[in-house]
Amino acid sequence: MTTSEPRTTGTAGTARATDTGEDVADTWRGLAAEDDEADVLPTRAGLALQRRARALVADLARPHRRALVVAAVLLVVENVAMLAGPLLIATAIDVGVPAALAGRPGPLAWSIVGYAGVGLAAALLRAGFLVLSGRIGQDALLDLRGRVLTHGQRLPLDFHESYTSGRLISRLTSDMDSLNDLLEKGLEGLLGALLSIGGIAVLLVWLDPVLAAVVIGGFVPLVVLTRWFQRRSRASYRRTRTSVARLIVHFVESMNGIRAVQAFRRERRSEQIMRGLGGAYRDANAEAFVAAAWYLGTLRAVGNLTLAAVLLLGAVRVADGALALGSLTAFLLYLRRFYDPLDQLAQFFNSYQSAAAALEKIASVLDTPIGVPEPAAPVALPRPTRGALEFDHVVFAYRRAADRTVLPEFDLSIPAGQTLALVGATGAGKSTLAKLAARYYDPTGGAVRLDGVDLRDVADADLRRAMVMVTQEAFLFSGTVADNIAMGRPGASREEVVAAADLVGARAFVEALPEGFDTDVRKRGGRLSAGQRQLVSLARVVLADPAVVLLDEATSSLDIPSERAVQAALETVLADRTALIIAHRLSTVLIADRVLVLEDGRVVQDGSPDELLTVEGGEFAALHTAWRDALT
Amino acid sequence: MSAPTSDPDPPRRATLGSLRRLAPYAAPHRVRLIVGGLAALLASLVGLGAPLLIGAVVDGPIARGELGSLPWLVLGVLALGLVEAVLITLRRLLVAHPANAIEAAMRDDLFAHLQRLPVAFHDRWASGQLLSRATTDLTTIRWLFAFSGLFLVINVITLVVGIGVLAWLSPLLGAVVAAVGLPLAGLTLALERRYSTQARTAQDRAGDLATVVEESALGIRVLKALGRSRELIARFLADARRLRGTELAKVRIMAALWLLLITLPELAIAAVVAVGTAGVAAGSLTLGTVVAAITVLTYLIWPVASIGWLLAEASNAATANARYWEVRDIPPSIVDPPHPRELPTPVRGEVALRGVRFAYEGAEHEVLRGVDLTIRPGETMALVGATGSGKTTLTALVARLQDVTAGSVTVDGVDVRDLRLAGLRTAVASAFEDPVLISASVRENVTLGSPGLPDDAVWEALRVASADGFVAGLPWGLDTRIGEQGMSLSGGQRQRLALARAVVGRPPVLVLDDPLSALDVHTEAEVEAALRRVLGGVTALVAAHRPSTVQLADRVAMLAGGRIVAVGTHHHLLATEPAYRALLSTPDERTQVQA
Repeated sequence: MTTSEPRTTGTAGTARATDTGEDVADTWRGLAAEDDEADVLPTRAGLALQRRARALVADLARPHRRALVVAAVLLVVENVAMLAGPLLIATAIDVGVPAALAGRPGPLAWSIVGYAGVGLAAALLRAGFLVLSGRIGQDALLDLRGRVLTHGQRLPLDFHESYTSGRLISRLTSDMDSLNDLLEKGLEGLLGALLSIGGIAVLLVWLDPVLAAVVIGGFVPLVVLTRWFQRRSRASYRRTRTSVARLIVHFVESMNGIRAVQAFRRERRSEQIMRGLGGAYRDANAEAFVAAAWYLGTLRAVGNLTLAAVLLLGAVRVADGALALGSLTAFLLYLRRFYDPLDQLAQFFNSYQSAAAALEKIASVLDTPIGVPEPAAPVALPRPTRGALEFDHVVFAYRRAADRTVLPEFDLSIPAGQTLALVGATGAGKSTLAKLAARYYDPTGGAVRLDGVDLRDVADADLRRAMVMVTQEAFLFSGTVADNIAMGRPGASREEVVAAADLVGARAFVEALPEGFDTDVRKRGGRLSAGQRQLVSLARVVLADPAVVLLDEATSSLDIPSERAVQAALETVLADRTALIIAHRLSTVLIADRVLVLEDGRVVQDGSPDELLTVEGGEFAALHTAWRDALT
Repeated sequence: MSAPTSDPDPPRRATLGSLRRLAPYAAPHRVRLIVGGLAALLASLVGLGAPLLIGAVVDGPIARGELGSLPWLVLGVLALGLVEAVLITLRRLLVAHPANAIEAAMRDDLFAHLQRLPVAFHDRWASGQLLSRATTDLTTIRWLFAFSGLFLVINVITLVVGIGVLAWLSPLLGAVVAAVGLPLAGLTLALERRYSTQARTAQDRAGDLATVVEESALGIRVLKALGRSRELIARFLADARRLRGTELAKVRIMAALWLLLITLPELAIAAVVAVGTAGVAAGSLTLGTVVAAITVLTYLIWPVASIGWLLAEASNAATANARYWEVRDIPPSIVDPPHPRELPTPVRGEVALRGVRFAYEGAEHEVLRGVDLTIRPGETMALVGATGSGKTTLTALVARLQDVTAGSVTVDGVDVRDLRLAGLRTAVASAFEDPVLISASVRENVTLGSPGLPDDAVWEALRVASADGFVAGLPWGLDTRIGEQGMSLSGGQRQRLALARAVVGRPPVLVLDDPLSALDVHTEAEVEAALRRVLGGVTALVAAHRPSTVQLADRVAMLAGGRIVAVGTHHHLLATEPAYRALLSTPDERTQVQA
């Protein structure tokens, strides 16, 4: 975590809730300048987003163009086949029965066989469409998952810090679920319903324009009703998304912080909060249900009213001889099929809305520019890489605080093989320097070069082979201890893994674990202590064998003997490598060839530790004294 | 990998019968649910009435050409239609609340249960797996009550009644439809069984995928540092591809179901038309009867066709239900004793460990092998030991975040297992190596389990922890939201808030797990000053690995090989214990030479 400047701009996003009888008022959430609504709502400002989402869909569909055309043809033909059914029944009644009565069973038989054939064909087409569209959908989803994860990996760290892992995780889980849900529940229902409504409308007019006029008259209230429903359900849908997002945050934080929850008896309070959040979610959902109830009920009333009107008018017309009985039957059958999909459409409306919103949010992540683009024409680093680092007139400011320059015109040259320690207070620019060297960011001005090659011209894979950074936060991935060490060099043999662990002094504790190197580290390495996790991440570096090593507070949680062992190991490991060490403990600093004391992005002292110690009143000497005092 | 996937014998398929366990949640809403179900059933039956009247229209006014009775029949159709619409609305209005309330109640109970499961459980289960149970799975169950479960029952009844109506219209036509319907039912059930197996697999695979996703976001720094994104992406894609395979298997089964469910009713209609029109030609049936039969059949198409996805939904719900109870059925292992004892008032704060042994679940290796240690009231005891010697484990035993496997921990002579958890954890406050903040106001983060504490008490705690300065500087003071969704704080600020959290309830005993690790020199000095004040007047056990922290203690205990090997003052131990000297003396000889 980094300290961010308190944001004083903007007023509170959420007004302070007044305690109005609710068991848990919203005050516990506190106030923040930018509230999470923006993330949750497909707002009016979302027009651009919608365009992006559309572009994303088009892009995802491109490789499946041919399959999509086939699927569309299947769907259209299926609908035509389905629509032909009632006509064939009409033929059976109007033509077949009189003919059969007259002793010619042929037309009747044909129309019945035709009906069965059309039904079978429609079913086969439907099944074919389902399989095909399922494959297209799942392929596109796979593609999209891969894209979001890959893009997320390439986004700069400051994106991750401000976007937060929780939101990124929900892009890749619950949002993908919404899309899958739409694919599963009824993209075909949606398209099929639209197609059959259109097809039936045309057929109705063709069968009998007078009766069709009655049906179309029923459209007017229908359209008004549907608009109302859309507005209502969109509003309650938004409330659902906001409340479920808060619920998820509370849930995940409570689970991840379970130690604190139990130690401080927060269970009750936390349950109260959950009840409040769950209650808001429940009410928003129930409201959406109620809107659907009124909508669908009224829809059915309009449909049945139309049915009665058609029956009345139709009967009169048949009695007058203006209409055949079979045609009336067909008309009534079509009418039924006409209203059924409308019902379905309302069912899928929620799925559709949530999928559309999910897609918008995903599209906005994908549209976030990655901070450090891959070079179009990469320049290869010399092999073997020597590791000379050079900061040439480097100027840097973080994008989210562009007015605050962290490094004003910084020049530094680190010869290959040198171990350089960076010292200075928080905010002096130490981590920034390391991050620029690792090309987590590109400088705003000037250039960082490795062996004379501008980092912007080096392919990412090439750079990571040459340079590894270890931070204080030693994250462990699911898998065994050996898997975690082997992250330094995938494909490393067991002997190499063990040797690396041995070198940093991690072998003894690993072998004492129940299954040694094959012990599962469990969630986030909960079974290992913070110090042990740091040893594992140091072993990764040994295995990675880079020309340049960047250590950012990498040994802060170690006990003194371990740290001493690591330092001895580091002196060996770093002997022929370039190293940049950030440490607040002078013991670590003292193994460096050279020390740089930074203040506000400027070098205030530069020299070997021994030289700097002799500078009376120098910053380094002062730090050293402070450190000595802490020991006695 | 998380426990659910490495489980050697996972429950593979949930039967619809297992949904019985939902009964207690449905019980409070039974009136609404039953009336709603009846309304739906009635609506379906009323819907079936309309075709009969239509048949009467064809045979009466139309066949005979006299329109006198037509208005009445049409009025009948209209009345039935409106009643149907009212019933449909009513049904939906009735279930709107119960379905959502059941979901909320189940989530509340799950959440409460999870909060009571021991830390050991949470170390095993990825939060993503738990979250998917609290959200996705419960949504599926909500739909079961709102829709799929209801209609599964109603559509089957409608179907049976519909076939009955057909049989009443013409036994022959009824028999034709029944002949088509029976094999349909059998095939449908067989497909449903296969579908539910795939559904469970898909849900588990989605859970695995979620775990990789979590790691990709939380481990981003390491992935970037080592340049290992490519390997992670490959692993993710492999998992995603397996999920796609399962989803496609589901699609294929659904397609087969649709094929059955569409074809057979159409064949039934064709057969009815064939038999019916032949009957009309032979004079044994009226045209009106045939039209009515066909209309009835078309009314049955939806119930039949829907059974496929309703069954799929119901089996998804059964799987979701099984996953839900899988967690609910794990008994909390650290609970209140049946006959709790009380701590003396006021609590003196003597903490004693006697022959304490501890091994992690499933591990043969014991981390602690007979720890004996007494901390006198008001004393600060530092606990030191090499990395991984069991310091953190030991600190978790006092507040019963873990239970000893053998031996005992007592507070003022009472075994902690004989105390109410709430009482114990009021007397013993903890702070952890990694200060977890929640996305809530500063006030909420400090008070945690004791909401309603006056602001004065909060400020006092912040002052003791030297956190009052920076909190006062936040834009909304105590109301400022911090944590992931709010303002981010530095490591030192977070650690000081964690200390404020520990002292706000004025506990007689404090257990602190290395509160100064992971801090830089400047911040360490700030927190150390805070710590010195925090420790005044309480009994404290402080796990530490820095000499600076150790010096805050009255006495130091050294942990090695799962036992306490030495206890004494820092200077005494430095002088007498070579192992202690090795652990806490100057890490670099060169400085000693220079000094």
